[in-house]
Amino acid sequence: MSPHTSQRIAFGILTLAAIIVVLPLLLVVGYIVWQGVGAISWKFLTAMPRNGMREGGILPAVVGTVLLTFGTAIASIPLAIGAAIYLAEYAGDNWFTRLIRLSIINLAGIPSVTYGLFGLGLFVLFLNMGTSIIAGSLTLGLMTLPVVISAAEEAILAVPQSFRVVSVSLGGTKWQTIRGVVLPQALPGILTGVILGLERAAGETAPILFTVAAFYLPRLPRSPLDQTMALPYHLYVISTQVPGMPLRIQYGTALVLLVFVLSMNLAATLVRRRARRRRRW
Amino acid sequence: MLFPLKKRQRSGEMFHWGEFALESFIRVAGGSAIFLVVLIFLFLLREGIPVLWEVDFSNLLNIRWYPTFDLFGILPLLYGSLIVTAGAIILSVPLGVATATYMREIAPSWVREILKPLIEVIAGIPSVVLGFLGMVVVAPLVQRWLGLPTGLTAFTGSLMLAYMALPTIISIAEDAIDAVPKSYRDGALALGATHWQTIYRVVLPAARSGILTAVLLGLGRAIGETMAVMMVTGNAARMPHEWAALFRPVRTMTATIAAEMGEVAEGSVHYHMLFAVGVILFLITFAINTVASTFALQRETRRGGRLMH
Repeated sequence: MSPHTSQRIAFGILTLAAIIVVLPLLLVVGYIVWQGVGAISWKFLTAMPRNGMREGGILPAVVGTVLLTFGTAIASIPLAIGAAIYLAEYAGDNWFTRLIRLSIINLAGIPSVTYGLFGLGLFVLFLNMGTSIIAGSLTLGLMTLPVVISAAEEAILAVPQSFRVVSVSLGGTKWQTIRGVVLPQALPGILTGVILGLERAAGETAPILFTVAAFYLPRLPRSPLDQTMALPYHLYVISTQVPGMPLRIQYGTALVLLVFVLSMNLAATLVRRRARRRRRW
Repeated sequence: MLFPLKKRQRSGEMFHWGEFALESFIRVAGGSAIFLVVLIFLFLLREGIPVLWEVDFSNLLNIRWYPTFDLFGILPLLYGSLIVTAGAIILSVPLGVATATYMREIAPSWVREILKPLIEVIAGIPSVVLGFLGMVVVAPLVQRWLGLPTGLTAFTGSLMLAYMALPTIISIAEDAIDAVPKSYRDGALALGATHWQTIYRVVLPAARSGILTAVLLGLGRAIGETMAVMMVTGNAARMPHEWAALFRPVRTMTATIAAEMGEVAEGSVHYHMLFAVGVILFLITFAINTVASTFALQRETRRGGRLMH
């Protein structure tokens, strides 16, 4: 076989691989939209579930997921951005920094269900928060931390060195330089990382299984110490734990969750694209 | 703008303190990752270690997991995680590396601009959604096509996991391929190699430590995945008797924790046992990720210096 024939065959196979990777995504999204769109109505989104969740809407699950996403943001953003600034602007090239990087990689690698166990042990039981929105937010926040740190660090490192040099030469202190020059420039990148981290948290089920989630609670949460339903857990419950569940409601719930999560993904992509277009360096 | 400047000068001492406080916070935040990993490990250990005196070793290392009868053999769970993950890696590594190669070496830039966000979207699909579809769509197909008694098998789990590990493998393999210096390619092409010969004789071998990192991180992702696996693998804690075990129901460590933790009493033997499984999971992923990061560090040193932009 001539080198050019084998090249043609090899490239054909590689192209096929890319198609095999993308095709299921389109099928998954398309199928869920096709099957689920019939269940979606104003009532479905704004009504309480009734009759053991077999009828009515999914309002408490939607509200729960929104609250958990905000809680996760509050729990993770300050610490994550602080850590990213440290790594990008303060950390020296030494064993301590290497240990931090190793820890971040490992935090990112801890299974979500292990975070759930830890959240149950520490927040729910040891700190006596009970199964509550606050315990779940802290657990999800912890899980989101490494994602946001890595993205924010990358965004900060991408700001050209000359910006810092100019600021310092004008008499700015290190912190003034970071606050006034580096962070504003890095903001879109940090924002993208934050949104992608929250997107992951919003779709997670395992960490909230034992820390927040209420199986069936047809009312809105009243305080951060209240339990709540949440979309991912609700989908799990109605597709495995409730006999005689109409398939239509299952697909409808899956569609709402998918739209919620993918619109965050879209937001992140738009922020990134806009920033790239406006960037002058 | 003279006035604010003056004001700042007068309260210079105050300003300095605010700066000091913020910089202190940043230093603490920087070290927090180390603290958190240690905290998580110690906490899991605290709740899991009692099994060592609560459960006999012969019981722990047995092939029966029936918590209702105080049988806590972890072998079927280890085996379940192993077989599902192995299946997933066998499926996803060739596919992921091929896709990464396509994106970096062959695809025109507009195709790459479309593919890249799409692959990010794959990573964003909640695992419970994939698990749901796996249960109602994929499992029946597996059952019909392979003529099995049930579609909820280790193989179905591997299919779902393979898909979920793909984004990790693709994006890291892509970085690895991208990091191969252009001069390597130019050298090979100048010697008369075709584009494909350059890719598989020069570029991929040069990127191998990065690709290995990709495989390891994909492995870590797969072994820790919970919801999708729990929903499609049938959750039968049993040991294999034959090769066809891949096409039988199994139960992974992650699924066991997720399925049983809701029903146990705090402080019971079963409760401690589930934390002990959590410790095992933690140690496995810790080992995988530490090895993976060592490879990544090696790559950085070979390229001379830090990965700065």
